[in-house]
Amino acid sequence: MQGFIYPNEFELHWGILIVLYPYLTGLVAGAFILASLERVFNVKEVQPTYRLALLTALAFLLVAPIPLLAHLGHPLRSYEIFLTPNRQSAMAMFGFVYAWYLMVVLLLEIWFDYRKDLVLWARQATGVRRWMYYALTLGATDLSKRSLRFDDRMGRWITIIGIPSAFLLHGYVGFIFGSVKANPWWSSVLMPVVFLFSAIVSGIALVLIIYVFSSLLRWKPIDMQCADKLAAFLFYAMVVDFSLEMLDFIHRLYESEESIEILSRMIESRLFVSLIVLQVVLGTLLPLVTLGLTAPALSKKSVLVLPDELKRLAYLGSAILVQIGIFSIRYNVVIGGQLFSKSLRGLTVYKAELLGIEGVLMASALLILPLIILWMLVKILPPWPDAEASLPTEEGGDTGVQRPAPAR
Amino acid sequence: MISKEREPTPQTDALEKLQEKLKDVDRREFLKACSLLAPVLLGVIRVPILEAQEVASSEYDPTEHFYAMGIDVSKCIGCGQCVQACKTENDVPFEPEFFNTWVERYVIRADGEVDVDSPNGGLDGFPPPGGEGEIRRTFFVPKLCNHCANPPCVQVCPVGATFITEDGVILVDESYCIGCRYCIQACPYGARWMHPETHVAAKCTFCYHRVVDGLVPACVEVCPTGARIFGEVEQRVTPLARFMRFNDVQVLKPHLNTKPKAYYANLDGEVR
Repeated sequence: MQGFIYPNEFELHWGILIVLYPYLTGLVAGAFILASLERVFNVKEVQPTYRLALLTALAFLLVAPIPLLAHLGHPLRSYEIFLTPNRQSAMAMFGFVYAWYLMVVLLLEIWFDYRKDLVLWARQATGVRRWMYYALTLGATDLSKRSLRFDDRMGRWITIIGIPSAFLLHGYVGFIFGSVKANPWWSSVLMPVVFLFSAIVSGIALVLIIYVFSSLLRWKPIDMQCADKLAAFLFYAMVVDFSLEMLDFIHRLYESEESIEILSRMIESRLFVSLIVLQVVLGTLLPLVTLGLTAPALSKKSVLVLPDELKRLAYLGSAILVQIGIFSIRYNVVIGGQLFSKSLRGLTVYKAELLGIEGVLMASALLILPLIILWMLVKILPPWPDAEASLPTEEGGDTGVQRPAPAR
Repeated sequence: MISKEREPTPQTDALEKLQEKLKDVDRREFLKACSLLAPVLLGVIRVPILEAQEVASSEYDPTEHFYAMGIDVSKCIGCGQCVQACKTENDVPFEPEFFNTWVERYVIRADGEVDVDSPNGGLDGFPPPGGEGEIRRTFFVPKLCNHCANPPCVQVCPVGATFITEDGVILVDESYCIGCRYCIQACPYGARWMHPETHVAAKCTFCYHRVVDGLVPACVEVCPTGARIFGEVEQRVTPLARFMRFNDVQVLKPHLNTKPKAYYANLDGEVR
């Protein structure tokens, strides 16, 4: 402790679990927006990651509310948010935004996209798997051209609704922090926008990592066109994200409000490692430069012409650094916002526990859990293009086993 | 604290004359005089409380009241009685991180440096100011929930467990709060805390249980210097209304537009 803090501020109220919440929802929103690139914006190169991105989004979305629940003083009362929401409260909307995104956007989109395959897999499989796939089709086993076209059209429409929904999901998380006028570190109209772009950055980087690792595990070659495109989009998103963060930073410095002194002191001391070193230098500048040089982002050819193996390594390394950087952003927002006193006269410290429900171990488990869920989802719904293409055509040409041409 | 020798005042003179007179009266007359004096004496004790609000005749009607607190910074001596009384009255844990009310000490040095402290919330009083540099002036500031008219804590509560009563007090429904702590983050004054046993948000209630019985909050009751004045804001003949009429009052962090109802007299600009 340094200087004066209000006596009630000795306890830090939002710990590592609340850091996880915006981190996880950011990954969800980002992965979905990446998926929409292929579906709506017709970026065909990233097609190999389309389904993988959707399943990643689902796996992380399922875990996202767990840290929130675990953190509540009375988790068993949490359903009250649905029953008697306070309509003035930003947080009260969480349940509805979450339910909308899970039910209306993700599950529906995945279902429409997989329906044809589910039917075909159900026909091929035996035993329990057969029944499971039949159950997942929800009885809609029609594979006529017309119904497949309907699936495709619906998928496209849901993605179109999904993009603003993904914006809503994560912009809303930013609003929860940005609307707290009592806290000068949080209170900023830019907060939802910065959250949104950092979400896109983290989502693309995550899908890139999962794509590279899953290809390695499956002994399949990595589609370099796809990796290049992912790296290029990661670069663009990072440029926008970093510009917005710099804008926020410069704006604060220039306005120089009464809180500037204590916030500067906080950045120089308490947040030096997590903000300057991890977030800005390692998590942003280094990958930005690496991607700028190695990815075909600025022109059709990259600045440095590298062999594919080296390029992949550069992409993977950058994407991992980006994850560290984005996690640091969430940490710096959530924890940083509580390290200074609202009296603006002193700083406190955050002591992370190792064990316990708010501990680092719990947080690590919650970071691994979505990967386990994703592994299971991948087992049930293989997202690989080859799993789709290898299907035999039982009904001849008019089933359209090949996914309808991506020229949607 | 140095106590001044009490100088003879007109009142003490009158009392002595009365005693002289009473020496000559018999017991019957003495009792008669006492019975005449009794209403006056009782009145002196009861009047401030009566004026704070009308004693509940039968049913308490919250629509007839609207409460606030006045604090005269120049009167606070930093004794910590209010903190003690509050903790006792409201079962606030005695650990040093849970306070409905606390007292801050400001030490302003000759060079303009400001040192603020509140050891154990001021519960045990204050040690002599440490630190270096000549002291220009010092003062104590009692703090508590401001019972804002535009309360951010009520706005952010996702389930509506914290609410504003008709008589202008901010309360928490303990059986309803989910313990998300958003209200604690939203309070600009650091007035809320998480109860370590009930796991719900806790705060100053203006001793609502006492107020509805016609009593004043515990901190007001025990303050030896009358630095805290509790009562109705909107009625003209109350101690609070008088306090606000005769002092330049300020509120804390007015730029946040929370419209606080803790009104400070003689507040220094350094206080946040």
